Amino acid sequence: MKLLTKLLCICGAVVSLSSHAALDIVITEGVDSARKIAVVPFKWLGTGPRPSPISDVVASDLRFSGRFSPTGKFSMPQTPAFSKDIDYQAWLPTQIEAMVIGTIKPYSDGRYIVGFELIDVLRGQVTGGKAQMLNGGQLVSSNDHILESRETVISATEFRQYGHRISDIVYEKLTGDRGAFRTKIAYVLVDRANPKYKYRLMIADFDGHNETEILRSKEPLMSPSWSPDGTKLAYASFENRRQQIFIQDIYTQKREKVSSYRGINSAPKWSPDGKSLAIVLSKDGNPDVYTLHLATQKLTRITKNRAIDTEPSWSPDGKNLLFTSERGGKPQIYQVNLQSKRISRVTFEGEMNLGGSYIPNNDQIVVVNRTRGKYHIAKQALKFGSLQVLTKTRLDESPSIAPNGSMVIYGTMHRGKQVLGLVSIDGRFKARLPVSEGEVKAPAWSPFIF
Amino acid sequence: MRLNKVAKSLVVAIPMFALAACGSTSTVDQDSQQTNQAVEQNDTIVTAPVEKELTPAEKQRLVLQELRKEHIIYFDFDTASVSSTFAALLDAHAAYLRNNTGATVLVEGHADERGTPEYNIALGERRGKAVAKYLEGLGVNASQIETVSYGEEKPLDNSRTEAGFSKNRRAVLVY
Repeated sequence: MKLLTKLLCICGAVVSLSSHAALDIVITEGVDSARKIAVVPFKWLGTGPRPSPISDVVASDLRFSGRFSPTGKFSMPQTPAFSKDIDYQAWLPTQIEAMVIGTIKPYSDGRYIVGFELIDVLRGQVTGGKAQMLNGGQLVSSNDHILESRETVISATEFRQYGHRISDIVYEKLTGDRGAFRTKIAYVLVDRANPKYKYRLMIADFDGHNETEILRSKEPLMSPSWSPDGTKLAYASFENRRQQIFIQDIYTQKREKVSSYRGINSAPKWSPDGKSLAIVLSKDGNPDVYTLHLATQKLTRITKNRAIDTEPSWSPDGKNLLFTSERGGKPQIYQVNLQSKRISRVTFEGEMNLGGSYIPNNDQIVVVNRTRGKYHIAKQALKFGSLQVLTKTRLDESPSIAPNGSMVIYGTMHRGKQVLGLVSIDGRFKARLPVSEGEVKAPAWSPFIF
Repeated sequence: MRLNKVAKSLVVAIPMFALAACGSTSTVDQDSQQTNQAVEQNDTIVTAPVEKELTPAEKQRLVLQELRKEHIIYFDFDTASVSSTFAALLDAHAAYLRNNTGATVLVEGHADERGTPEYNIALGERRGKAVAKYLEGLGVNASQIETVSYGEEKPLDNSRTEAGFSKNRRAVLVY
């Protein structure tokens, strides 16, 4: 009977995932070094049909981070809903470090109360959950094995979002780093079979759920870049039969053309302070990097070279730009200081390096590396670092880094179609986000929104 | 002035059209005579068409029709130099633009799907500009030529094979 319930739960989960997911994550490689964790299916305390499985969201988030390996439901010795019900000895052989347990209760107006606890299983195994401490001269239960315990009222539409919230809390408690599970991605969807609008600009949760179209066009759309407050996107559009840069508010739909010079208007990247865009223009002869101050429309030329300079990317402090340049023959990554305009070469390994961006809080960069004709996502230290290749597919491009630096999303090929890939920053965990129709390209990871 | 095979063939082709037209007129004439005999009892008069000589505008349209059939210049990987293979094709386009100074051409530069989209935009522009420069070298007024780069965004072939990539590395002349 218990097994049957478990089976039903899983079937329910599969159905609900495929029913509103245009993108599904397929894990292509696991991680041996990931920490073992159990996300126990949250117990439904109401009557009638069970609401969507919030704990599945938490388990898949933690898996995508590459730092955790959630245990399968069938490997769990028990499925407790409250910390007092945990049989720590039974969990000993599973080598699980931590456990997320919880309950879902009906509340008024079709809303629900979701409660969860994050348990330090290793500590619980030592104390049996019965550790005591002195409080006002009295011995009381310290519950130091309970790392977090919360209860929140949510509506039926907030299940996935609250699941991501729990993931953020668990991730931060266990790693010390901020979680990026409530972030979004923007990308371009190309459906060449569509007779009218072949190009669409989309936004989705980082895991591909809640896909929303914000623009469709008959002509190509390129290079979405998020404003640091997460409310606007800058992108290049060919809607007027030439390349121009637009800014669009994703909530009000207000659009504004910000760059329409003769020639190339490409590769917009929003500055960390939100006041400027770094862009590429060829109005002065060949592609060079400029900054455009949005309030004043003041244009500042940053590079001046007869070779191609493109793909600017801001350092987290806003003082430097990385860019791709052909000045040394083949494209390589260079850094320019915006104050002194001093330029230094950053990459040396491989036939080409393109599309560089800084990893937040960590003097490293992610690039597209070409070696023996294959294009891979790679990373290296900003100074004197050797290159570490992160991906194995052959036509990888457009890497975009999660705001906490934990993962990279990129464009890649799978079965002759352009899809999005995810790779953990250590290169050990990979996943794919395939689509049912069309091709997906130019992913851009949002900043922290919440 | 450099005359080339395509232009020559066009020069030959236009009178051929005219000849063909003359031939068809005589056929119509024979047919109508037959008809004339067949229906003599009912009709006392029959009209016959005369083939009109082509106006300059019509001739221009015919030339353009031919130019539109051969309007793609292909490039080697990561290069923007115009191969001599396309000299004849570009000579024909240049001749048309020189003879019709009111006409304008849009040169679209494209790249294959390898490398990053932004770098490919730059590469596509370089190809478009190389073709524009080539046409200018043949005496075409720079104001008649516009260029746009679509980078890797509008591939002709989606196969992602070497053959597909080589079809996508191109400049396209659009009138």
